[in-house]
Amino acid sequence: MSPVLSAVLKFFAALGIMLVNGVVMIYMLRKVLGHLHIRLGPMHVGWKGTMQTLMDVLKLLTKEDVTPRAVDRWLFRIAPAVVFVPSLMAYAALPFSNTWRIVDLDTGLLYTFAVLSLVPIGILMAGWASANKWSLLGGMRAAAQQIAYEVPLLLSVLPVVLVAGTMNLGGIVEAQQGYWLGFIPGWFALNPLMWPTLLVFMIAGLVEINQTPFDMSEGESEIVAGFATEYSAMKFGLLFLSEFSNQFIMSALGVTLFFGGWTLPWIPAEMNHAFGPVIFIAKAYIGIAVMMWIRGTFPRVRIDQLMELGWKRLIPVSLVLIMLTGLFVKVVG
Amino acid sequence: MHSVSADHVVLATFIFVGVFFVIATLSASHLLARSKHDEAKLSTYECGSEPVGPPWVQFRVGYYVYALLFVVFDIETVFLYPWAAAFGQMGIFIVVEMFVFIGILAAGLAYAWKEGALRWR
Repeated sequence: MSPVLSAVLKFFAALGIMLVNGVVMIYMLRKVLGHLHIRLGPMHVGWKGTMQTLMDVLKLLTKEDVTPRAVDRWLFRIAPAVVFVPSLMAYAALPFSNTWRIVDLDTGLLYTFAVLSLVPIGILMAGWASANKWSLLGGMRAAAQQIAYEVPLLLSVLPVVLVAGTMNLGGIVEAQQGYWLGFIPGWFALNPLMWPTLLVFMIAGLVEINQTPFDMSEGESEIVAGFATEYSAMKFGLLFLSEFSNQFIMSALGVTLFFGGWTLPWIPAEMNHAFGPVIFIAKAYIGIAVMMWIRGTFPRVRIDQLMELGWKRLIPVSLVLIMLTGLFVKVVG
Repeated sequence: MHSVSADHVVLATFIFVGVFFVIATLSASHLLARSKHDEAKLSTYECGSEPVGPPWVQFRVGYYVYALLFVVFDIETVFLYPWAAAFGQMGIFIVVEMFVFIGILAAGLAYAWKEGALRWR
């Protein structure tokens, strides 16, 4: 098969995962939030409302696309693509199993963070182009958040790279095989030394993908819909598809880095190889469920508190963690 | 040794076909949706009030201080990655070296903190 054809097929595989994720996660979010609020969530379209999001996609597709007169037309049109394409590209390096990978990059971790960090540029673009004060505030908040939390996020993952000795996402999963004391899985999440790292990663990761309690760029109770205020129809759909998809990516990264990726402990390696993608996606969805739980539980934090937490707490803490992990690996390992 | 070039072809495809997919989706929505504009619909949505003043305002200089700090720290963080990946194959020397580097980074952060650059106003 020619490389270009196989590349296009891989593109559609990633696109398929992304679209299915979007539809499933929006339904899941409504159900989870519904039950957290002690109500039922969508119930009418299909069995238990399962067809609801599909209908919503159709609705978005046939909605009138309003471009307000005041907007910067070109930026307004380009912004959804700048948000959508990087978030699709982030699927490329994820190790769904030992063989199911779209690309096998030795710098996979850095690549994924790099493409994810392009998303706020698109959000800033959308906010600026909308010529709307709510949107501008949302866009600027997204840029500020991104600036404050990119560094702690990158630093928080360094201890994992130190111990695993590779930036290849597949390699990091391989490094978590085996058992401690003969029965505790070698996942980094089960290593007490990694717990502070995991905590910093979770906070910084939630900020990076604009999830509650850090979704000030959207902040529907204060700035209408933030950067998406002036967007309608499929442009809005693409913006939100990529937001949901980023949630999946971040969860999948957490699974890869800390929770053993596509493997389950205590089962034969052939089983892991056979069911790798299923295990991986199931684990990622557990992470997403936790994010939704957080979303239904915590109030939104204030932006100045958020910025101070990033620069004054998380960055110094992660620097210390890197040094401690380095010393530990050299002295003990 | 896996082929690097094949991976790059895939990533380039993701960019180009991705942009194409966005254009196709937006065109499909354009074809399917009917559109009937009027003055009110095309006006800027600010909760029903007439927008006051231009939307494209200048932002405080504080943002740029943050942005500068971000660029410095982001690049230094990227420098740490190859170090971390090669960590296992090097002697104790690499630890000392990185302690010096992280020390300089921490000193820079402490200086910015002391100067009040980290206060969000």
